[in-house]
Amino acid sequence: MSAAAIQSSLPPLAYLLSSSLFIYALKRLGRVKTARSGNAIAAAAMLLAVAGTLVELGFVDYRWILGGVALGGALGAIAALRVEMTSMPEMVAIFNGFGGAASSLVALSVFWGRFVEAGETGSAWSVLGPAESVTTALSVLIGGVTFTGSVIAFLKLQGRLAKGRPLMLPGRHVINALLVLGAVGSTVAFSGVLAGPDDLTVSLLALTAISLVLGVLLVIPIGGADMPVVVSLLNSYSGLAASAAGFVIGNPALIIAGAMVGAAGLILTNIMCKAMNRSLVAVLLGGFGQDGGGAQEDSEYVGVTSAGPEEAALVLEGARNVIIVPGYGLAVAQAQHAVKELAGELEKRGAHVRYCIHPVAGRMPGHMNVLLAEADVPYEQLFELEAINADFATCDVAIVLGANDVANPAALEDEGSPIYGMPICNVHDAATVFVVKRSLSAGYAGIKNPLFERPNTSMLFGDAKKMMQDVLKELREL
Amino acid sequence: MTMGPVLIGLYVFVLAIFVGFELISKVPPTLHTPLMSGANAISGITIVGALYAAKDADPSVATWLGFAAIALATINVVGGFLVTDRMLRMFGGRRGKK
Repeated sequence: MSAAAIQSSLPPLAYLLSSSLFIYALKRLGRVKTARSGNAIAAAAMLLAVAGTLVELGFVDYRWILGGVALGGALGAIAALRVEMTSMPEMVAIFNGFGGAASSLVALSVFWGRFVEAGETGSAWSVLGPAESVTTALSVLIGGVTFTGSVIAFLKLQGRLAKGRPLMLPGRHVINALLVLGAVGSTVAFSGVLAGPDDLTVSLLALTAISLVLGVLLVIPIGGADMPVVVSLLNSYSGLAASAAGFVIGNPALIIAGAMVGAAGLILTNIMCKAMNRSLVAVLLGGFGQDGGGAQEDSEYVGVTSAGPEEAALVLEGARNVIIVPGYGLAVAQAQHAVKELAGELEKRGAHVRYCIHPVAGRMPGHMNVLLAEADVPYEQLFELEAINADFATCDVAIVLGANDVANPAALEDEGSPIYGMPICNVHDAATVFVVKRSLSAGYAGIKNPLFERPNTSMLFGDAKKMMQDVLKELREL
Repeated sequence: MTMGPVLIGLYVFVLAIFVGFELISKVPPTLHTPLMSGANAISGITIVGALYAAKDADPSVATWLGFAAIALATINVVGGFLVTDRMLRMFGGRRGKK
């Protein structure tokens, strides 16, 4: 075979192999035992797709390519290796935003090269092709929404933006509707109506601007409690944006990988919505914890019992059956190692210790599992909500560690509560409940938690890690 | 019946969506965060499109856009896979000690 023949037949085969590996990798990512190798296979598939593309491009100027890869690779590696495990949700959100931005830029670059620089004068429809012109617009639109939406999600998860609370603009539904209309209008104008570089540029740049504003406005009214759903949904969008970019450049590897990520993100989004008993529409309309919740926040707690580490240690010493409910406070305080140590001490004294993992505890699904795994907590001690919820009634002590909304009995009892109907951990059924928390302030949903007023509840005010260490110290001295 | 490349692309797209649904619908909650992170890294496949866009020697606007796309997509890919591996290593590490 001649070099030219190899160059034309090798890339499609590389893309086929790469796509198959992506499918295999996603399958392996879904099992605990094979997940790590699945991730490695996905990385290999990515490398293969890139290698195929380089062969397809042949001898081109590599300076820009190498520069971009070196810059992005260094930044990505530094960020990934330095980030704390507790900040993982933010990291995923911002990486996701970069992916969306990249898809948007690819479509913009293809357009710019063909029309503005090569000077094509026809319509996008005739020059790029019907499907390509539509997917160029879609790539710009979805990529742009993903980018700014993820940046807002990142800032909210970090608590830098309005402390994660929903921000409600007056008339936002009207503004959003107008923006969506504008997006549809410029997509149609770009792909079907306008011709010539000037008009097309205006319509595509208008679409870019609309998409960026839309991303901000769609995420900004959504409360922190719903952020996992949003990150998951944005993850789905970034896949779809990549898929659209695949149509633009006619590359099947992008279409397949992007579509799979799009579908996977949707499924995860759905799983999370079910876990919170919220419809996706309700999440997206936003404002969770604003109506009613905002008013309740001011109401005072009465009859709250607070205790210190000594009292907690005394009660725990006699406990045979202990269930720990971790939440975001555990992540913030990095308390995973401390709680593991305390659990170890309790087991030494003959107690049966288990963890109840609420599906939306923390800021991402499985967030708690990752943190507890980091501390080497045995997998067998982690129980999903449904598997353990009935056991609270027979347990001696339930420790709510930095969790709030997921253990709020208002979800069962108060029909007016914004979280009414959400499945919660029935910690209030336990003989004694210790709530480890910094203060009586509201959780991410911004609502009052009547659990704190229950007679069987004692508040342990303080940082989750420090409190676990103090309780352990007291326990060892007994 | 002959199918143009666009139609074939559409077939591929729809079938891949179904594959994605099937693969993810039975995943334990423990893996949701790593899975989201891994899938996110895979969406960085858009780097392939960015390579097409940054192949010209002349520093034109299109090339600059392509360059930015490559840098951002590479952050997504490299960062995404590394972060996912860090998370999954913890699961693996614990099993190893038993």
